[in-house]
Amino acid sequence: MDISVRELRKTFDRYPALHDVSLDIQSGELIALLGPSGSGKTTLLRLIAGLEFPTSGSIFYGTEDASGKSVRDRQVGFVFQHYALFKHMTVADNIGFGLKVRDRSKRPSSAEIRRRASDLLDLVQLPGLEDRYPSQLSGGQRQRVALARALAIEPRVLLLDEPFGALDAKVRKELRRWLRELHERTGHTTIFVTHDQEEALELSDRVVVMSQGRIEQVGTPDEIYDTPATPFVFSFIGDSSEIPISVSGGEAHVGNRSIGVFAEGLPDGPARLFVRPHDLDLVSDDPQTIAAVVTAVRRNSGSRFVEAEIDGCRSKVEIELPADDMRVFEGRIALKPKRWKIFPDAKRPNSQSVVGKGPYKHESEPKPPDYSQMVS
Amino acid sequence: MVTATLGRFKQPSVIPCFGMAFGFTLTYLSLVVLIPLGALVLRSAGLGLEDFWRLATDPRTLAALKLTFLAALIAATINLVFGLLLAWVLVRYEFPGRRIIDAVIDLPFALPTAVAGIALTALYAPNGWVGSLVAPLGWKIAYTPIGIVVALTFVCLPFVVRTVEPVLRDLDRETEEAAATLGASRFATFTRVILPALLPALLTGYALALARAIGEYGSVIFIAGNIPYVSEIAPLLIVIRLEEFNYEAATAVAAVMLIISFTMLLIVNLIQAWSRRRFGHGS
Repeated sequence: MDISVRELRKTFDRYPALHDVSLDIQSGELIALLGPSGSGKTTLLRLIAGLEFPTSGSIFYGTEDASGKSVRDRQVGFVFQHYALFKHMTVADNIGFGLKVRDRSKRPSSAEIRRRASDLLDLVQLPGLEDRYPSQLSGGQRQRVALARALAIEPRVLLLDEPFGALDAKVRKELRRWLRELHERTGHTTIFVTHDQEEALELSDRVVVMSQGRIEQVGTPDEIYDTPATPFVFSFIGDSSEIPISVSGGEAHVGNRSIGVFAEGLPDGPARLFVRPHDLDLVSDDPQTIAAVVTAVRRNSGSRFVEAEIDGCRSKVEIELPADDMRVFEGRIALKPKRWKIFPDAKRPNSQSVVGKGPYKHESEPKPPDYSQMVS
Repeated sequence: MVTATLGRFKQPSVIPCFGMAFGFTLTYLSLVVLIPLGALVLRSAGLGLEDFWRLATDPRTLAALKLTFLAALIAATINLVFGLLLAWVLVRYEFPGRRIIDAVIDLPFALPTAVAGIALTALYAPNGWVGSLVAPLGWKIAYTPIGIVVALTFVCLPFVVRTVEPVLRDLDRETEEAAATLGASRFATFTRVILPALLPALLTGYALALARAIGEYGSVIFIAGNIPYVSEIAPLLIVIRLEEFNYEAATAVAAVMLIISFTMLLIVNLIQAWSRRRFGHGS
């Protein structure tokens, strides 16, 4: 089932939660909605499910406009963060609930419901737990039962709201792999919400990164990590350092010193350079580098991290090196990025004055936030 | 083997002072409840079985007992339904005046029951506001068993509301949403998901309301009319016998009330325990 969201807007008591979000999801895809809390990801999921109604905009299930349909009629499988199992029912009754409440004409016999519940328990790898109560199960088992219950109604789309959020790290990792396998076997269009980027990048076909009620970027995990579209995505996904620079004549400068990074096509003025810790090189014989002073060195499992403060501004960068790099890191170092990305400074178009006024033109018109240029 | 038995009885626990707390509980319960009731039983036991049976099966006594328990059952049942409704409205909806309604519900507790009885009588008497409305239809509320039910319904109103309210408030909204995503109608969600979760609290409220209704005296005697064999309740009959200095008859009626009340409350509690086992998993 293709899901298509058109200019969806939702406001709660005049506080906007979603701003005109559009998104296309292909049948059979596993999609992650990723963002910090308050980014609107859960609201988007609940709108797709029909647990909330949009202020404006529409939602299509295939070609059918589902915007006005109630959650009952949408036939979605929804899994809640805190399981939301029916405590007074056995596992089998929980799974069979969606079938039991159907109209008499569409309702399978009770023996058939029981058989389906057993089949689903096998599918979620909990055979033989039919007569247990939810309170007798562990968190991971409860979430599997919740998923079996959602699958019992043969949903058109499977929606999971932070499905592993309440579980501990080990179970979470295990369930993540298991969900991927299950998705490959059943082929449901699946949308899940998470704030855990590792979960989103590892599990999904495509990731939707959200911030403040807007979609920042939609792409495969590789695209999201390797070519972030906005400063937010770059700093939110993975580790990164931000270095305030200024662009003049297609070249990047820190202070008034060229750092040997080209920024062709970017207008002159302040800009932000983003770089990942493992994309920074330590160099010794290059005049065009970023000069910095080491402030700390620490070791974390297989890597050694060097923290340094850039000359001329207070921003810190982090450099990731192999743990067996035994060089002594002290005092002044010179850095050169291997891969990086420069975004024009949209927030403070004229305030940066590291280079003085002189030959630099400052654009006073505000730049569109998504304007960016990959230079590498 | 004193230590062995004691050892089993007094299991090590992180909660301190079991001995003291248990001793205090027993003493308190004895002083306040068991000794007065014991005296009652003792007094009626002094009657001898034959006398007791004669006094207890006196037609006027039987009529009073039947009326008392039947009216109490009806009033408690009415409150079960409408108490749930009231609790639902108070918990689930935001509306102006919600706090006021919330406070009004407790009024039957605070009001002297005689005042309630007089007010209800004034309303439901054939010349009262409500009584004059139904009088043309040939209905009579005050001075009949219906009036007793009205009075009892009034005084037991808060019990079900107050026991169900906190449980309803703590009910997980996500389970209802889950039921809706699975295709359940609001009605099915209510009967299959919400009601089972509320059942233990409903039964507690029912038992409390029932107990209160059985023992109610002040409000009923004003509205009942107190016609022997028709609208005379058992607690009033006890007072009448006492005024006649017929202590034997009074204790006999009291003892029978005690036995029936205890049996009824025990049954309700057993049902409640069963429902907790059946529906209260994990709560």
